Amino acid sequence: MSAGPVAASGRDPAGITVESIRSGDVDITDLRIHPATLEHQAVVAEEHGNPQLAENFRRAAELAALPDEQVLALYEALRPRRSSAAELEDLAAQLAASGAVRNAALFREAAQVYARRGLLRT
Amino acid sequence: MTERAPIGRFRFMDRSRVNLDGFAVEDPALGLVAFASAQDPEPSLVIERDGHVSELDSKAEADFDVLDEFIARHGLDLGVAAEAMAVGEVSFARMMVDPGVPRAEIVRLAAGMTPAKLARCIALLRPVELGLAMAKLRARRTPSNQAHVTNRSDDPLLLAADAATAAALGFREVETTVPVLGDAPSNAVAVSIGAAVGSPGVLVQCSVEEALELEMGMRGLVSYAETVSLYGTEQVFVDGDDTPWSKAFLTSAYASRGVKMRVTSGGGAEALMGAAEGASMFYLEARCVALARAIGAQGVQNGGIDSAAVAGSVPGGVRSLMAENLMVMARNLEACTGNDALMSESDVRRTSRTLPILLAGSDYICSGFGSIQRYDNMFGPSQWNAEDVDDYLVMQRDWGVDGGLRTADEPLVAALRRRAVDAVRAVYRHLGLADFTDEWAEQAVDAAGSKDVPAAELMTPLIASRVIRETGLTMVDVVAALDETGYEEEAERMLGMLKARVAGDYLQTAAIFDEAMTVLSLVTDPNDYAGPGTGYVPGAERQAEIDAIRQQRSVDDLRSEQQLARSGAFSVVGPAQVGTDPRDVVIGVSPAVGREIWVSMSGLTVVDVLRELMAGLEEEGCRGRVVRVNHTIDLGLIGLTAARLAGSGIGIGLQGKGTALIHRRDLTPLANLELYSVAPVVDARLYRLLGVNAGRHAKGSTPEPARNPYTDEAIEARYHTRVVALVGIERACCDPHEPPEELAVDR
Repeated sequence: MSAGPVAASGRDPAGITVESIRSGDVDITDLRIHPATLEHQAVVAEEHGNPQLAENFRRAAELAALPDEQVLALYEALRPRRSSAAELEDLAAQLAASGAVRNAALFREAAQVYARRGLLRT
Repeated sequence: MTERAPIGRFRFMDRSRVNLDGFAVEDPALGLVAFASAQDPEPSLVIERDGHVSELDSKAEADFDVLDEFIARHGLDLGVAAEAMAVGEVSFARMMVDPGVPRAEIVRLAAGMTPAKLARCIALLRPVELGLAMAKLRARRTPSNQAHVTNRSDDPLLLAADAATAAALGFREVETTVPVLGDAPSNAVAVSIGAAVGSPGVLVQCSVEEALELEMGMRGLVSYAETVSLYGTEQVFVDGDDTPWSKAFLTSAYASRGVKMRVTSGGGAEALMGAAEGASMFYLEARCVALARAIGAQGVQNGGIDSAAVAGSVPGGVRSLMAENLMVMARNLEACTGNDALMSESDVRRTSRTLPILLAGSDYICSGFGSIQRYDNMFGPSQWNAEDVDDYLVMQRDWGVDGGLRTADEPLVAALRRRAVDAVRAVYRHLGLADFTDEWAEQAVDAAGSKDVPAAELMTPLIASRVIRETGLTMVDVVAALDETGYEEEAERMLGMLKARVAGDYLQTAAIFDEAMTVLSLVTDPNDYAGPGTGYVPGAERQAEIDAIRQQRSVDDLRSEQQLARSGAFSVVGPAQVGTDPRDVVIGVSPAVGREIWVSMSGLTVVDVLRELMAGLEEEGCRGRVVRVNHTIDLGLIGLTAARLAGSGIGIGLQGKGTALIHRRDLTPLANLELYSVAPVVDARLYRLLGVNAGRHAKGSTPEPARNPYTDEAIEARYHTRVVALVGIERACCDPHEPPEELAVDR
């Protein structure tokens, strides 16, 4: 029985039980949210008067497929004075190429503002 | 001029607790001003034809700092901005308070207001109006509360026991942190297990540096994040090693793993870091809140937080803390309303700061109620701590409001603590993280704080954390370990929390889980307050939790307590006779004495009181005779009845609760010779003196002056419920038609 969304791995969480975990059959990625679910939550957020929360969920949907290490590295790259304009542009291009267009836009916008406010790596 | 010491009245006042607090003269240059600084900008918004913002709060695009830039690009609903910016500030302030204007309308307009505009509107609200607006504007209908669970030694067993205790007390979020950064993964695991023992659906976070916190979230070791700090000036923001873009990305990173998060801000932070740019605390916080919305965070903890005492040091500062919370609500975000770091040494003052929010109700009344003792709080002492749990529960009951907590009785908490300790022991052993001695475990179950656990080994959490990190252990492994070591229910509960990430419903605004794992949020449990008779009311079961504090006593409880002291010292001799001996003094006792009431409020038994009275009479050569007056419970009449039966014309009246007087047969009932009215503090010596003086009255000699003993106790608070019950018992034993009867008292 399941009416709920499937995990990022495609697995139906309703079928995940303590027994299946004990038998070593479950990985943390079987308990990770699916991009489509984040898109659904974005629609709900929009309907409840918060388009910015919706945009966040849509950026998250793009990141859901990326490995943890990559997400952590992308975060680090956006912190103050960690990256040059070219590095931020490279990351934006990589993100765009993998379909993460909203995150790519965030990186490009950051590059522009960081340049004006002295937040690029020198 | 000669130096003169202050007069006594001032030396005395200077010693009060509140004078340990720091109070600052307003100084806008340092950011030490609550609501309005000359440097705060005039609200303005200019939108170009291409739809981009070219001026925000009197600042031109070219001069935008990172906050302005991000808010201008992402934070405002430009479709409603023209309408919203045109609404008068007083009009909008009134709309916020008016129950006839729905929350949705406030939220719609606030979305188009710049930080300075919304700040100006909210600054107009007086304290009671802030409360009304808060009742209407918070996102979630059902109020809630969050606890800190930490200790000085990162002791996993004590953390688990205290997390279980916090869950039993009703906290729906538990936040831990570390004195030693390396201990973080162990703390997260121990607190999660403990919380799962206490209740299903308790959210758990471990507050550490941003990147490590995210990593723990990704591995399922925590179920929400909160320590994502925003600041109101660019300088402080960047000093915090982030930008609005990195914070926006971080926000999405949490959501991408299905982990709830909120950001942290709070007035006074910029002043504390010496970079307030001459602006008021409230304006800078308005920028933070606008930015929180802009980056897509679902909620904010603010209301000073670590800088609450800075805001509290200036005029109107405490009011501005509450106004910050309201601003979060107006921006349609979850409000975790401070009452977190301790902002005063004074119990009066910290209560004053919290009470309006407790009464109005918020998504989380405290963004960190220290459920552990002050000394164990690794965030620093909280506004409310383990020392205050009973006070808080009583305040909820006094006002009939839901502050998110409930009474947990001793047997329940003892059992939960035992199970939490055993579960962590079993899981750590099973996963090869640590072994714990029996002595350690016993101490942790019983402990009121880490000082009670000398057996704790400081290296244990560090080693356990290293193993967790090196082996890549996740919460899935913890679930398996719980199950294999016999903690199936807790395994199910923790698995339930992991599955909730897949559904994502708890990513929505102001989400908590109830104990049935139902998500309560802006979406599923929207606040529908629209004036009296609407909005959240505790259900019958919840109201009973609020009302039934463990200290309450019924008349039946008191009656059983009295029966424990029952003795065979009284026997009825027969109808009371009128005496003729001039040395005969009658002691009239109330109807319940020797039937239902055996102990007076001082703790002396009634028999002991009578023995003292008679001994005092004997010292004066008089003879005491005990008569039970059955037809009245009024002490004056009891004393007068006794006096009229006495050969000497002098009687003593004694109620079972211990109040006593001396009466004379020719006086009116309400007149008397001596009254010992404060029964709880009348001791054996004083009853003896009362007997002596009654004897002297009988002989016509001069009585010794007796003073009611001095007390600064809240004597009525301590004893009045008891008095009501004892009087009720007396009334039940009273029969207006039954004459007085003589009692023999064994001596």
